[in-house]
Amino acid sequence: MQPFTTLTSRTVVLPDANIDTDRIIPARFLTTTTRAGLGEHLFADWRYDEHRVARPDFALNRPDAAGCAILVAGANFGCGSSREHAPWALLDYGLRAVISTELADIFRSNALKNGLLPVVVDERTSAWLMAHPGAEITLDVAATTLTLPSGAAVRFPLERFAQHCLLEGVDELGFLLARGAEIEAYERRA
Amino acid sequence: MARAPQTLFDKVWQRHEVAAESAATPAVLYIDLHLVHEVTSPQAFAVLRERGLPVRRPERTLATMDHSTPTQTAQVFGGAPIAIDSAARQVAQLERNCADFGVELLALRHAQRGIVHVIGPELGLSQPGQTIVCGDSHTSTHGALGALAFGIGTTEVGHVLATQCLLQRKPRTLAVEVHGALARGVTAKDLILAAIVQLGVDGGTGHVIEYRGDTIRALDMEERMTVCNMSIEAGARAGMIAPDETTYAYLAGRPRAPQGAAWERALAAWRTLPSEPGARFDREVHLDAARVEPMVTYGTNPGMAIPIGGEIPHRQGDAAFARALAYMGLSPGSPIKDQPVNVVFVGSCTNGRLSDLRSAAQLLRGKRIAAGLRMLVVPGSQQVKHAAEAEGLDRVFRDAGAEWRESGCSMCLGMNGDVVARGEYSLSTSNRNFEGRQGAGARTLLASPLTAAASALRGRVTDPRELM
Repeated sequence: MQPFTTLTSRTVVLPDANIDTDRIIPARFLTTTTRAGLGEHLFADWRYDEHRVARPDFALNRPDAAGCAILVAGANFGCGSSREHAPWALLDYGLRAVISTELADIFRSNALKNGLLPVVVDERTSAWLMAHPGAEITLDVAATTLTLPSGAAVRFPLERFAQHCLLEGVDELGFLLARGAEIEAYERRA
Repeated sequence: MARAPQTLFDKVWQRHEVAAESAATPAVLYIDLHLVHEVTSPQAFAVLRERGLPVRRPERTLATMDHSTPTQTAQVFGGAPIAIDSAARQVAQLERNCADFGVELLALRHAQRGIVHVIGPELGLSQPGQTIVCGDSHTSTHGALGALAFGIGTTEVGHVLATQCLLQRKPRTLAVEVHGALARGVTAKDLILAAIVQLGVDGGTGHVIEYRGDTIRALDMEERMTVCNMSIEAGARAGMIAPDETTYAYLAGRPRAPQGAAWERALAAWRTLPSEPGARFDREVHLDAARVEPMVTYGTNPGMAIPIGGEIPHRQGDAAFARALAYMGLSPGSPIKDQPVNVVFVGSCTNGRLSDLRSAAQLLRGKRIAAGLRMLVVPGSQQVKHAAEAEGLDRVFRDAGAEWRESGCSMCLGMNGDVVARGEYSLSTSNRNFEGRQGAGARTLLASPLTAAASALRGRVTDPRELM
């Protein structure tokens, strides 16, 4: 995993609450055995019409969304299935952070394991971001701050271990493998 | 000083801590049973290959195939190729991964294959007090046996394959207390839909639910599985029910349950699991089961459900709500009852067990489904299929005009060839009515097997109590 220190980008906004993982990537695109290329199918049924033509009114299809690496979404983003294809698709598309007032548990866990920064903010910050699509903001993992164009910074929660993994680009598997002796001891006493 | 009374969850969690959590690190949690399927595992096995790692505990790992597999007999047993090439490759990849890593696989033509959440309990593999994970959010189903069971992503599938452990922060606990008797025609599916409406689709986020109370105690095991299955639809990763005599009677004699002296030892351990009197939950919610009616969803998440006699609510100024109704082609203030449906699907890890099929068959016996309606009945496992056939349920469904298929996830998620066409209405016993869940543009109404059967007969949403 690449270290994640700071990110400055304009935002793209999807204001709906409860954007589920079937919306993020429909199940018919999950018959794959790799994680590459899923960005093409991100939000497929929302982004394209039934003839696979891009819908011009969808936020990601607007010209000013090009190059935006931060997605601002309504509450409970990523609810539904455990498919890690959701963060894989978001990352492959070019997004590196998702901001919401609430993120679904499994999605949040999957995002962190792939270096997609999950940012939970208060209602007021969310409302401001929703009202200002395209605003350029900065996310700082070490400081756990989101800095608005005004220069005002708001904190976001990030537990220490997740922060460490993001900053150092550590993957959890290495951490678990290093606990082999403890795992063996547990297996002996269980 | 006496130890504080513990919940079922506290006990299972504590007994599986390889290392407790600290401010700096999550807990290292040991996993007793890892269920693997074809869709969320290939990239995890690829990581093991890249790093030269073996599967640490193959005997704690069981693989099957269910999500992308076809349900048409010709493609399963008839020698016809799997129609979707990418699905065929996924199936072949799982076969190779299991062979290479020494993992037991209940493959496509195996008599014990089925939906992973149906076969775990059915084989007696899923047991009280265990930690159970699978790369699937409906792993919460196994909590019906008193296990801590939750869905994980593919990276975590790799962690469990390689180390038999996960790094986890301890979730909070939520007691859902249900009292009163369910009325005639009201099922466990209606109960859990009513609970999700009350909790909200994110009401359980960050929590493990324990379903409690006399209503829950009176449910049989398959009903309990339906309830725990949909915990994730309220945002909770896991739902649990304390084991009791119903649980033990269900498990006794199942092929992979402990036998003989081992059974007696297991039973003694299981009896120590239930939450102790006075145990504290972080939150509690109460539900009056006697007031629950048959429920139907009208929107695009499982929290958008109403009693079958009710009207679709108004939510002025809620753009997402308006968009959901536009997708569904439904209007605020209109009844859901009598809404025409094109497709009825009975199956899935929520309602694909033998009792669900019996429940649907009871209304269909000797009758025909509405002209022009398509009905698909898909058993949750091959064992469910054979048991249903042994009592003639397949004939009831076929004679009524329904299609009878091989087991699998089928139309629940539209990735295996079984799909609902754009714009069509599907009355489905599955768990998610998300946009596009059953196929691009498909409109899903979730309900119980009884409501599904009643609606199939009339071709429109029908209160099963009118036909009972």
